[in-house]
Amino acid sequence: MALEFNAEYKKQVDWTLSRYPKKEAAMLPVLHLAQYQFGYISTEVMELVAKTLDVPVSRVQDVVTFYSMFREQPVGKYHIQVCHTLACAINGGAQVVKYLEEKCGVKANEGISADGKFSILRVECLGSCSTSPMMQVNDDYYENLTKARIDELVEKWKKE
Amino acid sequence: MEKVLTKMVGIENSRNIDVYLKSGGYQALPKALKMTPDQLVGMMKDAGVRGRGGAGFPTGMKWSFLPKDNPNPRYLLCNADESEPGTCKDRVLMEEDPHQVIEGLAISSFAIQAHTCYIYIRGEYVNGAQVLNKAIQEAYDKGYLGKNILGSGFDLDITVHRGAGAYICGEETGLIESLEGKRGWPRIKPPFPAVYGVFGSPTIVNNVETLVTPVHIINRGIQWWKDNEPKLYCMSGHLNRPGVFEAKIGINLKDLIYGDDYSQGIAKGRKLKAVIPGGSSVPVLKADECDVAMDFDALAKAGSALGSAGCMVMDETTCMVNALWNLIKFYAHESCGQCTPCREGGHWMEMVLGRIETGRGRMEDLDLMLETANNIAGRTICPLGDALAWPIAGMPDKNKGGDLSGNSFVTKFRDEFEYHITNKKCKVTIPHEWN
Ligand SMILES: Cc1cc2nc3c(=O)[nH]c(=O)nc-3n(C[C@H](O)[C@H](O)[C@H](O)COP(=O)(O)O)c2cc1C
Ligand code: SF4
Ligand code: FES
Repeated sequence: MALEFNAEYKKQVDWTLSRYPKKEAAMLPVLHLAQYQFGYISTEVMELVAKTLDVPVSRVQDVVTFYSMFREQPVGKYHIQVCHTLACAINGGAQVVKYLEEKCGVKANEGISADGKFSILRVECLGSCSTSPMMQVNDDYYENLTKARIDELVEKWKKE
Repeated sequence: MEKVLTKMVGIENSRNIDVYLKSGGYQALPKALKMTPDQLVGMMKDAGVRGRGGAGFPTGMKWSFLPKDNPNPRYLLCNADESEPGTCKDRVLMEEDPHQVIEGLAISSFAIQAHTCYIYIRGEYVNGAQVLNKAIQEAYDKGYLGKNILGSGFDLDITVHRGAGAYICGEETGLIESLEGKRGWPRIKPPFPAVYGVFGSPTIVNNVETLVTPVHIINRGIQWWKDNEPKLYCMSGHLNRPGVFEAKIGINLKDLIYGDDYSQGIAKGRKLKAVIPGGSSVPVLKADECDVAMDFDALAKAGSALGSAGCMVMDETTCMVNALWNLIKFYAHESCGQCTPCREGGHWMEMVLGRIETGRGRMEDLDLMLETANNIAGRTICPLGDALAWPIAGMPDKNKGGDLSGNSFVTKFRDEFEYHITNKKCKVTIPHEWN
């Protein structure tokens, strides 16, 4: 069966569409909403977005593949993105990744941990350079990372 | 120094409209609405405001490029993509003082007679987008946005538009394409956005920090602005106190690095090695070149640029081959893929640098890289190609008749590259430990 936005998201989609003179311009915001509801952008989700915006599915696919935040595969419950660009790199970005890999039981850029909790990605500058090293977990930034802070966070997430 | 741009930072509930009003907020907007749009454009010209997004283009002049006889609606796009490595200042403005941003956008929209404004914010700034949305709602409720603002007859809608993770969408025409719901592929210019921008309409794209400047010029006057022009500097890297600092434009880079009010020196008592003063796309300075005023002209004279004022400070533990490799990987990853020199050249240089860094380099690689970089610069649709080439080959230096040779990683730290190649290991022997 074709996917649909649930009532709450449908309201947001309609409001979003009202903010642009052309439907297609709502592409990124509608894709964000779809990713929040469905977790990732599958072919069925692309079809839903295409229908919502009156564009061919190929147009949606073109956009999804261009932007790094849209994912075509599921991610862990805690999707960890560690900045590895210069300001973070020189303050320990690579060591942060290594430490997280050990703690979370999954390698960076290699899928989800066995318990389904964690996925780790190395990403480019997140615009938080003066609080390096830093990472984004789902929607939130965690800055000035130390081992102790990572211990505390990962232990908490493991229990949740 | 009195803080102007960051006055609200650290104040309780700084994001709340009542707190903003109590601290003197929304006093510039009614004054602006009593001026004529032409007067406002003239004010920006007279104050000499230059863009804070990277290129330093005079803002009043950009606004005056809008055609007078084009029947299409005009748009103001606030560039909050903030993805130039080293840059993290617009986030502070948006997250800590969203109403200052909204007031600036309302004044700027009136000045260019746009009734629709989009804030294109990088997708990862989820918190920033939420804070802005809440503040925008407050502003609508109090009549600072929407129809007939403060009884002036001027209408304005502002919408926050989240990007989705692509550096290139910070480039103004990439941003426009992205806002239209497409890949962020930069357009060939001309036509410039002022003539043919988003939805084919006249469009102005300005950085967040640029668009808050009229608030303060109106409140304090043009002469005050010229005497005290405030600027945000993003200090990152090996510092005792990294952070985003407000200072008078033209503050000495050494004061930013060592000053008590700023970054308080290099961490762990180590020695300064190099600074990228204006975001990753501007030429690197060696330690002995850091006695320089942080303004557009002085940095240009020093063979670098103020760019986005993203200042990355590197100490003696930094390997310059590795640092350059890191930056080139960034550009190679972020190339939008439209132009062959940028798309192919980036990956090729990433590979060669990786070879040198891991001890498999050849001496010929250095000149080969310089030559390749020279074949990229100036031959692409957008300046990302240049930003990729310049750290290797150097940025054209006006002081030396456009000469390319002097200001790149490879030319300034050639000894480290050669050492890597000859000795198959890093010249830097002091390790940098994480915490
Ligand atoms: C590759 C590239 C990335 C850019 N990224 C940004 C950015 O993240 N934020 C920004 O304000 N300007 C960015 N710019 C500069 C914009 O193209 C444009 O010049 C700027 O938004 C104009 O605003 P201003 O005149 O207020 O500086 C970028 C330019 C290039 C070439
Ligand atoms: S220079 Fe690079 S980023 Fe810019 S348009 Fe060409 S391929 Fe895209
Ligand atoms: S370099 Fe890591 S956030 Fe900018």
